[in-house]
Amino acid sequence: MIPSAFDYAAPATVLEALGLLAAADSAGDDVKVLAGGQSLIPVMKLRLADPAMVVDLGRIEGLRGVTDDGDALLIGAMTPHHVIANDPLVAAHVPLLAMAAATVADPQVRHRGTFGGALVHADPAGDMPAPVLAAGATFILAGPGGERRVEAANFFEGYFTTAVREGEILTHIRVPKYTGWGAHYEKFTRVAQQWSIVAVAAMVLVQDGRIAQARVGLTNMSSTPLRASSLEQALAGAELSVEAIAAACEHAADGTDPASDLNGDAAYRQHLAKVLAKRALIAAAGL
Amino acid sequence: MTATAEVGSAEVGKARLRKEDRHLITGRSRFTDNMVLPGMLHIAMVRSPYAHAKITAIDTAQALASPGVIAVLTGADVAGEQGSLPNAWPITPDQKAPAHPAIAVKEVAFSGEVVACIIARSAAAARDAVELVDVSYDELPIVLDLAEAATDKVLAHTSLESNRSATWVFDSGEAGTGQPIAEALANAEVLIERTFHQQRLIPAFMEPRSTVVDPTGEQITMWSATQIPHILRLMLALTLGIPESKVRVIAPDVGGGFGGKLQVTPEEVITVLAARHTGKPCKYTETRSESLQAAHHGRAQVQRLKLSATREGIVTGLDVNLLADMGAYLGLVTSGVPILGAFMYNSIYKFPAYRFECTNVFTNKAWTDAYRGAGRPEATFAIERLMDELAVELGMDPLELREKNWIKHEEFPFTTVCGLEYDSGNYEAATAKAVELFDYDGLRAEQAQRRAANDPVQLGIGISTFTEMCGLAPSRVLGSLAYGAGGWEHAQVRVLPTGNIEVVTGSSAHGQGHETAWSQLVADKLGVPFENVEVLHGDTQVSQRGLDTYGSRSLTVGGMAVLAAADKVIEKAKVVAAHLMEASGDDIEFSAGNFTVRGTDRSTSLGEIALATFAAHNLPDGFEPNLDSDATFDPVNFSYPHGTHLAAMEVDTETGAVHIRKYVCVDDIGVVVNPLIVEGQVHGGLAQGIAQALYEEAVYDDAGTLVTGSFVDYLVPSAPDLPHYVTGLTETPSTTNQLGAKGVGEAGTIASTPAIVNGVLDAVRHLGVKDILMPCTPSRVWHALEEAKTADAAQSNGGVQ
Repeated sequence: MIPSAFDYAAPATVLEALGLLAAADSAGDDVKVLAGGQSLIPVMKLRLADPAMVVDLGRIEGLRGVTDDGDALLIGAMTPHHVIANDPLVAAHVPLLAMAAATVADPQVRHRGTFGGALVHADPAGDMPAPVLAAGATFILAGPGGERRVEAANFFEGYFTTAVREGEILTHIRVPKYTGWGAHYEKFTRVAQQWSIVAVAAMVLVQDGRIAQARVGLTNMSSTPLRASSLEQALAGAELSVEAIAAACEHAADGTDPASDLNGDAAYRQHLAKVLAKRALIAAAGL
Repeated sequence: MTATAEVGSAEVGKARLRKEDRHLITGRSRFTDNMVLPGMLHIAMVRSPYAHAKITAIDTAQALASPGVIAVLTGADVAGEQGSLPNAWPITPDQKAPAHPAIAVKEVAFSGEVVACIIARSAAAARDAVELVDVSYDELPIVLDLAEAATDKVLAHTSLESNRSATWVFDSGEAGTGQPIAEALANAEVLIERTFHQQRLIPAFMEPRSTVVDPTGEQITMWSATQIPHILRLMLALTLGIPESKVRVIAPDVGGGFGGKLQVTPEEVITVLAARHTGKPCKYTETRSESLQAAHHGRAQVQRLKLSATREGIVTGLDVNLLADMGAYLGLVTSGVPILGAFMYNSIYKFPAYRFECTNVFTNKAWTDAYRGAGRPEATFAIERLMDELAVELGMDPLELREKNWIKHEEFPFTTVCGLEYDSGNYEAATAKAVELFDYDGLRAEQAQRRAANDPVQLGIGISTFTEMCGLAPSRVLGSLAYGAGGWEHAQVRVLPTGNIEVVTGSSAHGQGHETAWSQLVADKLGVPFENVEVLHGDTQVSQRGLDTYGSRSLTVGGMAVLAAADKVIEKAKVVAAHLMEASGDDIEFSAGNFTVRGTDRSTSLGEIALATFAAHNLPDGFEPNLDSDATFDPVNFSYPHGTHLAAMEVDTETGAVHIRKYVCVDDIGVVVNPLIVEGQVHGGLAQGIAQALYEEAVYDDAGTLVTGSFVDYLVPSAPDLPHYVTGLTETPSTTNQLGAKGVGEAGTIASTPAIVNGVLDAVRHLGVKDILMPCTPSRVWHALEEAKTADAAQSNGGVQ
């Protein structure tokens, strides 16, 4: 469990970090950005990754914490999961994020691992991408050409692949407020500390005894997190009842393409998505 | 019914905190990987990525040129000196096995086999050079499936004519211990035929294996994360042709083993070879991935079973036909593991006819060997699953069925259909206590309600009784089974001038708590304070003789040796006491650390005698001036702990998720020395048994690569996944050792696996599910439910009532 030798830099500013990335790129060196290190360090120790250089964002000011940004929350990419799980602004406006963050791995990982790091790592079984997708967040990237914004729908491109290009750094995530919405993250694992086999991130706006709107994200049902669009459509305007939710959840796995592995085949995952969506939505709707 | 008169009650039975824990918890431990010797070099292994291949060439030039690299050894380099790793248990005279070089020379037979080793100045330099060794392979056909391997269509080794290593048979008719099985099966009113699969497991001890070898002194000194320093010393000498007296093996703090460190490993031999070639101390510490891939695995059997019974539920016979997966090679006791189970399929029952046949088969996977319980969990699983199947078939309560068949407490000693003599037991008492703690009737009522309500979460009740032969083992019995060694244990009790006691035990602890338990034994025996006893072990220069720790043998064999040595100390001290008090030796009585002259108030303490003996100013003529005593204890019989385990299992029929609602176990392990240690052993054992039922499986892909190569995929449960156990004890002392102890190390592992699986099946049997492979993952449970929906409803077994 000894990684290959690598150069290490801990810049103090985003600009300095971008300079290091640019320099490494122009030298043809493989460079990795280190956030909390909870995924990168293990794969380096297994030598599944052997970057020539690691740029550690840990000393850059201003990349941590949650701030109120009007109709949204602005969350620093280096904010640890533990903070997301316990932040009062998150709890008030996007509790779904807090619920999902609280299910990530174990306390040590939640204190080290970061929100932005998990999103850029884009593990299809990771817990943070689906809620962020469901929330329709905006990703703020810093790059050689300045700042650029990417909508969540365009951010996750494939297995461990995102819209963050070489030379760019994710600095903030802007998550719209869903004040007053019900939320629930339903995660299914075989043991307590495990990647999601399937998980469902659900937010529901209940008005006048009906489901006015629902936003549902699926974890590990494809190479990227997915929006359960058919389900959302079926729920829009639906009666607020267990039966109506259950009926709509027959669409939870529409358009999904989950992998088969030791924890279950695709058919099982698609079945799970329906069951978990039902449970998540019932809980989110307060039924 | 507690301790015998010879042992007092002050310490034995007390829940002492463990002496060992202070240094372990505060990080003052010394594991092998903590050893740093002057000039020490580091080893990294180059391992085969292929499950079966010819090695056609190895180019080490680039690796040798890598910074810090001192040497690279290939199989060809050491072919003349590495010997063949030992198999100490040739179960039949015609057992076949391939040569087992520490570094493969011409052919590799499993993915992860060592093909070269790098010796470098640092662990990082060694690791960096691994990728620089260019090994050319010609891939060979592989065989992974056990049943397919038994057909010999593909051979796991080109050097063998067959994958079948040996076939071992026990037949109660032929042995004269029971009736012929053929008659029992032919006359069966009810015949239950089932095939069960014992999946491949990985011991997954916490401390990865590590070895340091110092060749620079008079002796070759090896520190190793091993359960068996004494056996390892002997086997290294035999394998490498080094005089045994020139080898010293030290097992410092060892972080668990579970049988996984009951081995003479390629890595240990390679570290010796590396130290020999370089003339410097060398260290090898495996990574977790290497540990999962190349340390020996366990279980991996297919069990084809036929159980005959009457309509009244009296079992009349059992026929067991096994295929046992050896993996690619035979390790130290690989071949004998199924045989350890052969005598346990009848368990606590007294049916008259039994036949056991096991064929050991090679495959292109990591080799298997002992894993907690070794053979006995497999046997218990088979019979306890069959008892539930029979109960379903007869529509009988599974507890009632078991009681009809088990040996009644008044029938002990009882000679079983296998010819073993069970000395004691009380299955009625343990079961009654378990049933009471469990609220069996209440849970059965709730189960009925949930079924009636078609609750999405169904409830099942799993039962397993068990007994095991432990206290391994009477040497004569091992001899009759062709095992390569005896089963005795050695101890020395030394009395220091201050009256402090040193206990040297050959039973090498690696987490069991020997230091505490042996101190309790000796404190009572010699009447000295617990704190004044020091237990020494795990170094062949300190403890010259021993057969180490495995098979729940430490207390019942090693502990008895300690007591026997202490008895000898008392006898020697009596001679001195009589001399000092000018009395006849026959008049000296010993109690609670004091020697008194019968009928007088004259008295002297062990401490005073210790000092007088040390001074040697006034000793009887010819008396050697020390009280130290040795004893070697060879048990006359195995010990037979038993117990009844009950599991209430909730199955979420929507997701297939399985939850342990309640787990009750009542074990009878005879006299308990330390209830706290016993509780810990039971909890750990249960966790490992439950893990087999629900979580763990070593899975290979079609190319023979281990898929479960990290703890992301090899799922070891942790505390949140396991229930609060309700544990209880009954105490039926063993009659074959002076303490009445029976052994606890494997109990929880043996009984919990069938209890859990029986419970899962009981929850969903009324829905048409007949069996689920272990581990019973949510996916497997859900698929079983789906398949049952489409199966003919008329075939439903109806469930246990």
